Amino acid sequence: MGVTARAFDETYGFGPYPDASGAGPLFGGDGAGPEVRAAYAQVAAWLRSAPPELLETRRRQAELFFRRIGITFAVYGDPDASERLIPFDIVPRVLAGSEWAVLEEGLTQRVQALNLFLADVYGPRECIRAGVVPEELVLLNPQYCMAAVGRRPAKDVWVHIAGIDLVRTGPDEFFVLEDNARTPSGVSYMLENREVMLRLVPELIHAVSERGGLRPVETYPETLLETLTSVAPNHCGAEPCLALLTPGIHNSAYYEHSFLADKLGVELVEGSDLFVSGDVLFMRTTEGPKRVDVLYRRVDDDFIDPLTFRQDSVLGVPGLVGAVHAGNLTIANALGTGIADDKAIYSYMPEIVRFFTGRDPILHNVPTWRCREADALSYVLDNLHELVVKETDGSGGYGMLVGPHATSEQREQFAARLKANPQHYIAQPTLALSTCPTLTAAGIAPRHVDLRPFVLTGANGTKIIPGGLTRVALKEGSLVVNSSQGGGTKDTWVLDGPEVGDMTGASTGPFEAEGGDIDGPFPGPGGLD
Amino acid sequence: MLSRSASNLYWMGRYLERADFLCRLIDATVRLASLPASHGGAGPAWESAIRSAAVDDGFLARNLPMDEAHVGWFLTLDPENPSSIRRCLECARSNGRAVRTSLTLETWEAVNDAWHEVQRFGTTIPDSTTLVRIAETIKDALLMFDGAAHRTQLREATYWFLRLGTTVERADNTARLLDVKYHLLLPRTEPVGGSLDYFQWTTLLRTVSALTAYRWVYRESVKPWLVADLLIFNRAMPRSLIACLEDAVWLLDQLAASRGRRGPANRIASTSLRTLAGSNIDTLFQSGLHEFLVDFVGENNRLGNAIAEQYLF
Repeated sequence: MGVTARAFDETYGFGPYPDASGAGPLFGGDGAGPEVRAAYAQVAAWLRSAPPELLETRRRQAELFFRRIGITFAVYGDPDASERLIPFDIVPRVLAGSEWAVLEEGLTQRVQALNLFLADVYGPRECIRAGVVPEELVLLNPQYCMAAVGRRPAKDVWVHIAGIDLVRTGPDEFFVLEDNARTPSGVSYMLENREVMLRLVPELIHAVSERGGLRPVETYPETLLETLTSVAPNHCGAEPCLALLTPGIHNSAYYEHSFLADKLGVELVEGSDLFVSGDVLFMRTTEGPKRVDVLYRRVDDDFIDPLTFRQDSVLGVPGLVGAVHAGNLTIANALGTGIADDKAIYSYMPEIVRFFTGRDPILHNVPTWRCREADALSYVLDNLHELVVKETDGSGGYGMLVGPHATSEQREQFAARLKANPQHYIAQPTLALSTCPTLTAAGIAPRHVDLRPFVLTGANGTKIIPGGLTRVALKEGSLVVNSSQGGGTKDTWVLDGPEVGDMTGASTGPFEAEGGDIDGPFPGPGGLD
Repeated sequence: MLSRSASNLYWMGRYLERADFLCRLIDATVRLASLPASHGGAGPAWESAIRSAAVDDGFLARNLPMDEAHVGWFLTLDPENPSSIRRCLECARSNGRAVRTSLTLETWEAVNDAWHEVQRFGTTIPDSTTLVRIAETIKDALLMFDGAAHRTQLREATYWFLRLGTTVERADNTARLLDVKYHLLLPRTEPVGGSLDYFQWTTLLRTVSALTAYRWVYRESVKPWLVADLLIFNRAMPRSLIACLEDAVWLLDQLAASRGRRGPANRIASTSLRTLAGSNIDTLFQSGLHEFLVDFVGENNRLGNAIAEQYLF
């Protein structure tokens, strides 16, 4: 299945060094040690030449910048840290143009499949009839939205904005960890991280641009605007009125909501700013009511309309679903997309992709045990110590168990919950997530990363901005990258040009010549103390 | 503009102005309190500060001693006092955060910085020096805010709602401050030179940063009725009642122009301004300064409510 016990290092590939007992500094001054992969050549050269104090200064400047602009997020259940800063790492994560090309194709295929799947399960249900997905898993799924049954959103687009979480395990091996098809967040970090890099490491960006260049991410707001405009209801003229719906300032992603509204040049609205009259959505302005045609909503289905969903919700707008059904309003993403990112459905994605696109999936799925199946459950219970167990409708790293890192007590408690409610859980092997060089208290060291590219789909097809949110687990050895669990972020660089080149220059080949006795690239724990 | 955004901006303006007023009040009171009790210093000075800030009920309910340590803390850092500087800045910032996109980066940073500044002081005040330092620091931070807003905000609804909040709050503060001291401002038959009340008047002037202004305007020693005249009728004095009303009328006119029509708030502000402009300090003393001030505060509230209604807050 392509999953190896040893993590792929994005700088060196599989070097001979994870056991770095006699470690010297990464990117050692004399250039000895394993060869650097082509994509990282400039970064490696930059790290070699930059004194450690400089890196630390830049890191602090970045932090200051983020705090000043107020890019913070709230941590649920932690009143003392209601506005924390996500740590930012100034060493970029780099993908070669050729690597990106594969991802782009795979992501497009996957998101198109998600859209077709949604159209089908709320329409003809052919995939159920064909036995691709079990009927009860769809129809009895809490994420299956009755209000969407038999409906067709404008231009048949369901998932306008998708965030697909990927992990890498080898030079050509990317796995989809999760599909986020409801209200994925994190794109503001993609944009702001780049801004901060442009300010803080211009010399590195200059070096990269001399060698082909760094593909820009700044077109995201423009592309999002086009996407949203393209799916406006038919009654609209050339300039539909757009708005972005936020749950409010206490939401963990509020900064992002306000950031995007600003970049899009649209009003940032809360439920109380909106009302529906005659199946038309209006916002209350100082000039009187103004009609809204497209609503980019960052509020989940459950809360969006108390007349249709949760009656106690004050975040939504009574009658909003009526406006959607009357064809007077497009909401992005459409109602009911939660079924597509349900983790139980996830395990069927390879079949779903094949069924709807007629091709093999380009991106792999992580092998998944569905705990609703008795065999799988007993396997999972027996192997809790080496599995990651997740709630099928959970997100943000809450309510999950990372078996190898849990105490036996935690595992026992989790097993009890699992037995009580097996259909709520899936389990996956602990993947050896790839690592990237990262600035730590003890200098540059490898840390595990994942990647969330953002995929936009409108009436004119699917577009992906070259880049995404790279999350990094800052704790040594940790595999949990979620910001709510102490993860940080990095800027993600997609280089221009298709060149593959796994190694720099005239590589002499693999590393065995160096043997295990030379300085490994990674300092051991406390090696620099 | 969204009505909620207009409301956020208006209230951000109000909270920041209130915080600024409290800083100046504390500054002036610390000076007054350093005088012997016979000069109106010590305890009475702090009691008067509490009343000027119109938080006497809240303070009395806490059963705290009426001294610098407690009043000072209550007005600056007390997290439980909804009118403390700390809470004002917190509210101003969360209002600002809700309209983050209407603010320029500089304006947002200034309000965010002001909040971080007050946060740094924690919730306790170890000594007098710290109390003064809090007032100084926050005053500076708010000057920074005014400068940022003035220099960088577009002159459109965003800015006008912000300033409107400032103006309405400022008129309220000046009127209340005058009312607490109104009995000291009445003209008297006895000679005023060397009166102990002198310190009360200069404190009052300091609270609205008008001591120097007074001397420039009147070119004579501090006389109570002239203090009242300056703070009520002088159009050049930015915190005077008439200047506040002029600002309010102008701001509401700008909003009306962009919106294409006027409403009750425009009429209330213009009427108040006309009435005040048609009066003078002697008339006020005859009909009762206290009554006038109570009416003024009531009218100002009515203006605030009319603004909220007119712009659908």
